[in-house]
Amino acid sequence: MKLSQYFLALLCPIILLSSCKKSADEVTADTKSSFSIEFENQVNGSPLVLNTTTYKNAKGEDFKINVFKYYVSNIKLSKADGTTYLIPESYFLIDASKEESTNITLKDVPTGDYIKIEYTIGVDYARNFAGAQTGALDPINGMFWTWNSGYIFVKLEGTSPQSPATGNALTFHIGGVTDPNNTIRTFSTEINAANPLRVRTDGKPNMHFKVNAAALFTGKTDISFSTLYLTMGGVNSVIVANNYANGLFRLDHIHN
Amino acid sequence: MTVFAMLFLSIALMYACSKSEEEVTPEEKKITFSVPSNFPAPVYNFEDNKLSNAGFTLGKKIFYEARLSADKSVSCGSCHQQFAAFTQLDHKVSHGVNNCQGKRNTPPLFNLAWQKAFFWDGGVKNIETSPLNAITDACEMGTDIQTIVTFLKNTAPYPDLFKQAFGSTEINSQLILKSIAQFTAVLVSGNSKYDKVMRKEGSISFSSSELAGYNLFKEKCISCHAEPFFTDFSYRSNGLDLLSADEGRSHITGVASDFGKFRVPTLRNIEYTSPYMHDGRFYSLDEVLEHYNSGIKASTNLDVQLKTGIPLNITEKEQIKAFLKTLTDHEFIKNTLYSES
Repeated sequence: MKLSQYFLALLCPIILLSSCKKSADEVTADTKSSFSIEFENQVNGSPLVLNTTTYKNAKGEDFKINVFKYYVSNIKLSKADGTTYLIPESYFLIDASKEESTNITLKDVPTGDYIKIEYTIGVDYARNFAGAQTGALDPINGMFWTWNSGYIFVKLEGTSPQSPATGNALTFHIGGVTDPNNTIRTFSTEINAANPLRVRTDGKPNMHFKVNAAALFTGKTDISFSTLYLTMGGVNSVIVANNYANGLFRLDHIHN
Repeated sequence: MTVFAMLFLSIALMYACSKSEEEVTPEEKKITFSVPSNFPAPVYNFEDNKLSNAGFTLGKKIFYEARLSADKSVSCGSCHQQFAAFTQLDHKVSHGVNNCQGKRNTPPLFNLAWQKAFFWDGGVKNIETSPLNAITDACEMGTDIQTIVTFLKNTAPYPDLFKQAFGSTEINSQLILKSIAQFTAVLVSGNSKYDKVMRKEGSISFSSSELAGYNLFKEKCISCHAEPFFTDFSYRSNGLDLLSADEGRSHITGVASDFGKFRVPTLRNIEYTSPYMHDGRFYSLDEVLEHYNSGIKASTNLDVQLKTGIPLNITEKEQIKAFLKTLTDHEFIKNTLYSES
């Protein structure tokens, strides 16, 4: 009886201490947690279905998509106080043919409320010229140009009756990091301060982005497949990158 | 009886002794990357790719592995032959799988650790990713990196060699490329007669014609073929054709003023790297020198320094040739460390 009283007396401050620590977790930046981002691939609001569904570009021309892959990298989060956190080694390849690739998890992110997210559509300059890479940047993924080294940032392949290429092919391989044909683009979006991205030790929020593949073909320049049906870097890739820079991604909602 | 036993024992011991010595001897000298004292600091310094004997050995084995190509006929070493300073002797352009003839002359492989860009057009920017070009080119090895990863995973002794080199039997493209770089970046050629003269090693000196050639070279050639690599790594048109059949550098930059330009090639080991030029059109140094003397064409982006050619008389040509032959590094070409084993 006496012993258990001591025990209780001992336990109380421990409980207090641990509860103390718990609340500290939520306000200081030295605790970390994770969140996820879902990329829902669409074409003008309809679900992206590879190979079979026919879509229309801004010029009203029919097209189908067989391949749709893109890099999202260097994800950076901002708080209301202006502090930012760049997620190290954040390189992701989203591939419409691989369901698991469309939902990415960001680990070891300092807890807190974030009101802005930005990331590179593609791969930063340095990594394009770095040595052999692995993971998302492994050349095995078919997103690395071997003859003019550098990554393909966004790859869309498909068909359109308007394309004069063999098999009516559409080949859009967007990449290149040197001026005047630099196609690195940064996307950034504010997050509604009323429902910020709340990274917590006891919660793993999910950001939901809608990704419009048709954004490659409209925005700044409406593209007709009769004249632009193939690009692998260069001037025409810049036209496409300028199109998708703002239109490719839209933050739809956050589940906190 | 006991004598017999003792004899047997001592023979057995001797055998064991010699046996273990045999096993020890292959523990060759440590592979090192050495910078000649007349060279600047390298661009590639193995910072993220720790050089080891096992890594070098694996890279070399992959380099000489013909089963990696589409028809199992072509290895890296097929077009990069050591006796030709790792270019392909007597081939205007590289000779790939299915007897396909490539577009350009095979570049020699040495002193790559000092290069910031690779291939005639400088399209590849890192030594580690350079092999991908040849691996995937339909006219070179005609395969892809995934196929190579699968092959190596399923072919002894590769998993063991990867384990020795990188501590794990895991095989991926990154480790393949890093091991190849451990071999190719170690290929340093800096022991030619020229180097020894420059470093004042022993009593080695140029002959009178070599010295005359060196002085002519400094007067007429060095602005592009800069020491100590005998290239300034720039891209230039040397007036081979009025209209180049190969767009060259502009294929990479998309800039019209780069049309028909190619990287200034090194002249080291030039005695063994014929044929010459990006398309291998000249078989002899005489043809090359005569081109600069009388053959320069007014091509679109012709280098300004070549507008009037480089006048050379017969004596001057012989002297320049004599000097160029001092750039041959016999130790490099014969070093068994680099040979297929």
